[in-house]
Amino acid sequence: MLACVTLMAPFTALLIAVFLVPVGYAIGLSLFGEDHKGLGFGGGTTVFTGLRSYLAVLQDPSFVSGFGAIALYCVIFVPVVVIGALALALLLDSGLVRLRRTAQMLLYLPHAVPGIIAAVIWLYLYTPGLSPVIKLLAQGDITVDFLGMNTVLPSIVNIALWSGLGYNMVIFYAALQAVPREVIEAARIDGAGGFRTALMVKVPIIKGSVLMVCMFALIGALQLFTEPMLMNQATPMVNSRFTPNMYIYDAAFRRNNYGLASAASVILLIVTCALSYAVTRWTGRKERSAR
Amino acid sequence: MTTHQLMPTKGLTATNRSTFASRLTSRAAANTIVLIAALYTLLPGLWLLLAATKNSDALFSSDILSFGDFSLWRNLTDLFAMEEGIYGRWYVNSLLYAVVGALVGSLISVSAGYAFDKYEFRHKEKLFGLVLTGVMVPQTVLALPLYLVASGVGMVNTFWAVFIPVLFNPFGVYLARLLSSGYVPNEVLEASRVDGAGELQTYIRVSLRMLGPGFVTVFLFQLTAIWNNFFLPMVMLSDQDLYPLSLGLYTWNSSATVSPEYYPLVVIGSLLAVVPLIVAFITLQRYWKSGLTAGSVK
Repeated sequence: MLACVTLMAPFTALLIAVFLVPVGYAIGLSLFGEDHKGLGFGGGTTVFTGLRSYLAVLQDPSFVSGFGAIALYCVIFVPVVVIGALALALLLDSGLVRLRRTAQMLLYLPHAVPGIIAAVIWLYLYTPGLSPVIKLLAQGDITVDFLGMNTVLPSIVNIALWSGLGYNMVIFYAALQAVPREVIEAARIDGAGGFRTALMVKVPIIKGSVLMVCMFALIGALQLFTEPMLMNQATPMVNSRFTPNMYIYDAAFRRNNYGLASAASVILLIVTCALSYAVTRWTGRKERSAR
Repeated sequence: MTTHQLMPTKGLTATNRSTFASRLTSRAAANTIVLIAALYTLLPGLWLLLAATKNSDALFSSDILSFGDFSLWRNLTDLFAMEEGIYGRWYVNSLLYAVVGALVGSLISVSAGYAFDKYEFRHKEKLFGLVLTGVMVPQTVLALPLYLVASGVGMVNTFWAVFIPVLFNPFGVYLARLLSSGYVPNEVLEASRVDGAGELQTYIRVSLRMLGPGFVTVFLFQLTAIWNNFFLPMVMLSDQDLYPLSLGLYTWNSSATVSPEYYPLVVIGSLLAVVPLIVAFITLQRYWKSGLTAGSVK
């Protein structure tokens, strides 16, 4: 028993100190507000405000528009990354491609590049004067503003795509490796070509992985922070409350309103947990039906 | 490995010949698509590599392929000389947060995962449910709550404010439990107990050794996560001497918008910051792969 306690204690302590306590504290703080202006309470008194902070957050157009930006981001990012990674995995699995291991390694490498550095590289490739891409396009009389009003979101999506394409491809490829070869052989004997086999046989079998990648992409998208934060320095098209996480940062450290920031954090936590819960329920159902 | 290779069909009837031809075209098409994807992933990295050898002027003329100017050494000395060598300081900080943090963190996670697998205790599955919840909650959601707690106990803007939270790795616990049930047979533990070894002794001498590859996988995942960490240090730290590379490069990039002499430094600084992870990934390939696949079946 002593051994068990010794092995569990450090992790349990962390679970309490950096997970349960902060979440509880944030919930608590979101229910209180500080009255700076001394409207009859005196300066800096903490008063119970109930759900007022939540109402303030939910009625703040800049918070809601953050979720709007995320939604738009997802509409572009999720289909592109899933279809792209799936197509690459199917091609690698089809046996048509040479140097499979090298190709996997190369495609995966951007995932080892820290998010902030990936963002720096691409930001410079989007910056006129620095970017050889823009220069090359200019020589062909094409002018593109990668940081314009309509292009900035696709530009952010591209950074995430660059980082995530190979990673998701490896997940799909691993799932495809587990597809029973007899099934594919049977499809081939039935006269299905490689393309048909991929689309009608392989994809339905690994649809569990596909759905999971979609869900994780959605959950990841909710956390969007690093890339737009860096873009914020370069273009006015990305404001300081562009995503929910940026809103939280802005509320806490630029506006010094911890109540508002806590409420926004709790809302983001709830949305994320709801999505995660959907993932676990869904995969749980899949496992049960597989038995 | 179950590599799957469709053989060209035997016997050359007319239809077979045409399928063979179409097979050649699809082979070419498939290779081209994969090649384009590989170029897409490689070229930005190549740009970083070339840009790191350029001085400010060449960088701004976008003459990335001109080899007339080779300022790599100049850029390197500038990088480590800037602001009294603070870049070196950030590098050491990142190594401390990431390498030490991942070592300690994976030891904590693997121990807990092993205990979850091998011991029975009250509320075990409830506690494990909490671990799984932790897996699902991304670190960024916790950053502000963590800041609030840290400021409550007066730990904001200290080394520990970043170091302690990154030790928490519920995914590592989950993975370790899975690996422990797969790789550490109960009979071995029984044998060790019969030999009179204590429980902890058995864990350190026998089980931990068997969990070695799993340990490396957990370590690698945590190392990457900590090295990439940006939101938490940004929230916690205001003293530049405590910054990790990610935050330092971010500040330099904002300085660059005002004083462009920072641009070459951000470029070469980014290049050097990428190196450890790329090396770790290439040399430890099989470990991250096993972690990825374990993660994908969960």
